[in-house]
Amino acid sequence: MLRFAAVRLTESLIVLLLVSFAVYGLIGLMPGDPIDIMIQSDPKLTPADAERLKALYGLDRPIVERYGNWLGAALQGDFGNSRVTMRPVLEMLWPRLGNSLLLLGISLALSLAIAIPLGTIAAMRANGVFDYTVNLACFAGFSTPPFWLALLAIILFSVTLGWLPAGGMGPAGGTASLIDSARYMVLPVGTLTMLSVGSFTRFMRASMIQTLRQDYIRTARAKGLSEGRMVRSHALRGAMTPLVTVLGLSFGGLFSGALITEIMFAWQGMGRMIYDSILANDYNLALVGLLFATAMTLVGNLLADIAYVWLDPRVSFRSLEAGR
Amino acid sequence: MSAMADAAPRGAPRSMAARMARRFLEHRLAVASLALLVLLGLAALAAPLAERALGVDAEAANLFNRFAPPGAEHILGTDELGRDLAARLLYGGRVSLAVGLSAAVFAALIGTAIGILAGYFGGRLDAFLMRFTDGVISLPLLPLLIVLAAIDLEKLGLPAELARSEDVSLYRIIVIVSLFGWTTVARLVRAETLVIRAREFVKAAVAMGAGPGRIMLVHILPNAISPIIVATTLSVGNIILFESVLSFLGLGIQPPVASWGNMLTNAQETIWSAPMLAVWPGLMIFVTVIAFNFLGDGLQDALDPRAVE
Repeated sequence: MLRFAAVRLTESLIVLLLVSFAVYGLIGLMPGDPIDIMIQSDPKLTPADAERLKALYGLDRPIVERYGNWLGAALQGDFGNSRVTMRPVLEMLWPRLGNSLLLLGISLALSLAIAIPLGTIAAMRANGVFDYTVNLACFAGFSTPPFWLALLAIILFSVTLGWLPAGGMGPAGGTASLIDSARYMVLPVGTLTMLSVGSFTRFMRASMIQTLRQDYIRTARAKGLSEGRMVRSHALRGAMTPLVTVLGLSFGGLFSGALITEIMFAWQGMGRMIYDSILANDYNLALVGLLFATAMTLVGNLLADIAYVWLDPRVSFRSLEAGR
Repeated sequence: MSAMADAAPRGAPRSMAARMARRFLEHRLAVASLALLVLLGLAALAAPLAERALGVDAEAANLFNRFAPPGAEHILGTDELGRDLAARLLYGGRVSLAVGLSAAVFAALIGTAIGILAGYFGGRLDAFLMRFTDGVISLPLLPLLIVLAAIDLEKLGLPAELARSEDVSLYRIIVIVSLFGWTTVARLVRAETLVIRAREFVKAAVAMGAGPGRIMLVHILPNAISPIIVATTLSVGNIILFESVLSFLGLGIQPPVASWGNMLTNAQETIWSAPMLAVWPGLMIFVTVIAFNFLGDGLQDALDPRAVE
C-alpha cells in the first residue's frame, strides 16, 4: 500500500514538474512582459536600452537557467510578488483557494448525492420511461455551454424573478450573515452541479447495470431479498467502486467548470484569479495559480486511485503495479 | 452464396453494413440529430446566399438601429451594434462547425497514432504513453488552454502581419483544442489494438513477414475504425464547447468575425436590456453539441459488432 502510494506520488510530482516547466515557458511568450511594459511607458527607450534592461533583469539568460532560478526560489516557498498588488503571491492565493474549494466541495457533494440515487434507479428500470428521461437530462447537462447556463440562470433568477443576486460573494460593505452568503452561493453551486451531474449519473447507471448482472446479486435475489434491500446492501458498494476512478479523472474538468462559473458570478476563487492575472500580465500570480490548480487535480486523482484499491478487495496494489 | 442469402428469413439484413445501417436507423434520436446537423451545415454553408435573400449584411453595423426587435427586416432583430442577428448566427455556425470538425479530425489522428503505438508495442512504450494520456486527462485543461490562447505568436517568431491576421485566430484555436482533445480516442484505440493484435489473422501476417508498420496500418487500423469514428463524433461536441468558451472569454475567434462563443461576450452587459441576445447563440451551441452527442451515441450502438440484435 505504502509502496503503491509512493510510486503514484512520485509520478504526480513528475507531472507537476513538467507542467510547471511548460507553463513557465509559455507564460514568457505572452504579450506584455515587463520589458514590453517599460517600452510602452517610455517611448524614448531605444532597442539597445531594451536589450540592456533585459540583461539587467536576467531575461536574456536561457529559459532553462531562468526556470532553474525560479524553481530554486519556489522550493523555498518564495513564488515572488504580484506585479499588480506587489504582495507575495502565496498570500493572495490562500483565500482564493479556500473559496474555490468551498464551491467545488459543495457542488461535488451535491452532484454525487443526486447522481448516485438517480443512476441507480435508472439502472433498476433500464430502458423504461424514467431511464429514458434521466438519459435525456444527462445529455442536456453535459452538452450545455457552461457560461450560457450561467447567463440563463442570471436572466431567470436575477433579472426576471429577482430572487437571487447575479454575482459576488456577499452584499457590498459590512459583514455578511450566513443566510446572505448562502444566497450568493445558490447560483454558482447550482450551475457547477448541473454541469457535472450528467456524466456522473450516466456512469453510475452503466456501472449499476454491470453490477446487477453479477453472480453475487443473483445469489442475493435467490435468498429472497427485495430489490430495494438487495441494491442498498449488496449492489451499491460494488457499483460505486468504479465511480471513484471516474471521480478522480474528473477533477480537471470540474476545475475548468469552476473557472467559468467563478468568472460568470464574480466568485473570488482561484479560477477567476488565474484568468484575471493572465489578462493583467501578472506572471507570478498566474504561474502559482496554474500550478496549484494542477496540484489540486493531481492530488484528487491520487486519492481516488488509493481509494479505489482500498474499496475493491479484488484489486491488490501489487497487481496494479505489475499491470503497469 | 446467393442461395444462402435467399434462404435467410425475409427482411433480415444481409451484410454487416446493412445490419449497422438498420441498427442506426432504429436509434431515432441519432437519426434526427444527423438530419439536424446536415441541415445546420447546409444553412451555414449557404450563409452568403441567405444574407442576400434576406437583404441583410452580417457585418454592417447600424448604430441607429441597435437592439431592434424581431421583425420583417431583421427576422431575429439586431445586436448591440445594430447588426442582423440571424445572419450572424449563420456565419457563427460556419466557424463553430469548421473548428469542431477539423479539430476533431486532427485530434483523432493524434489519438489514433498514440493508441495504436501503445497497444501494438506494449511494454515500456505503452506504460509511458498511457501515463502521459492519464496525465493530460487529469489536468485542469481550461486554464492551460487560456494560457496557450493568450501567447503572443510574434514571440514564437511568426511575422507580425501573419500573427495578427484573422485567419490565424481560427487556425490557432484548431491547433490548441486538438492538442488536448485526443485522449479518449487514444485510450479506445489502444484497447481495440490490444484485442486485434491477439487475433489469428495478425499472427498470420506476422508469420508471412509483415513489418510492424504494415501490420498497424493494413491489419489493425481498418479493424479499429468503429471506435475511432464514435470517439471522434463524440469529441466534436466537446471541442465546440471549448471553442465557444475560449471565444466567449475573448481568447478564441476574434471579432468582427462572428462565432457563437464571441457573440455572447457582450451578453452579460446587455442582459438587462436585451436578454434574447444571450439566448440565441447559446441555444445554437447547445443544439449542435447535443446533436453530435446523440449521433455519437447512436453510432456507438450501431457500429459495435458485439452488440446484440
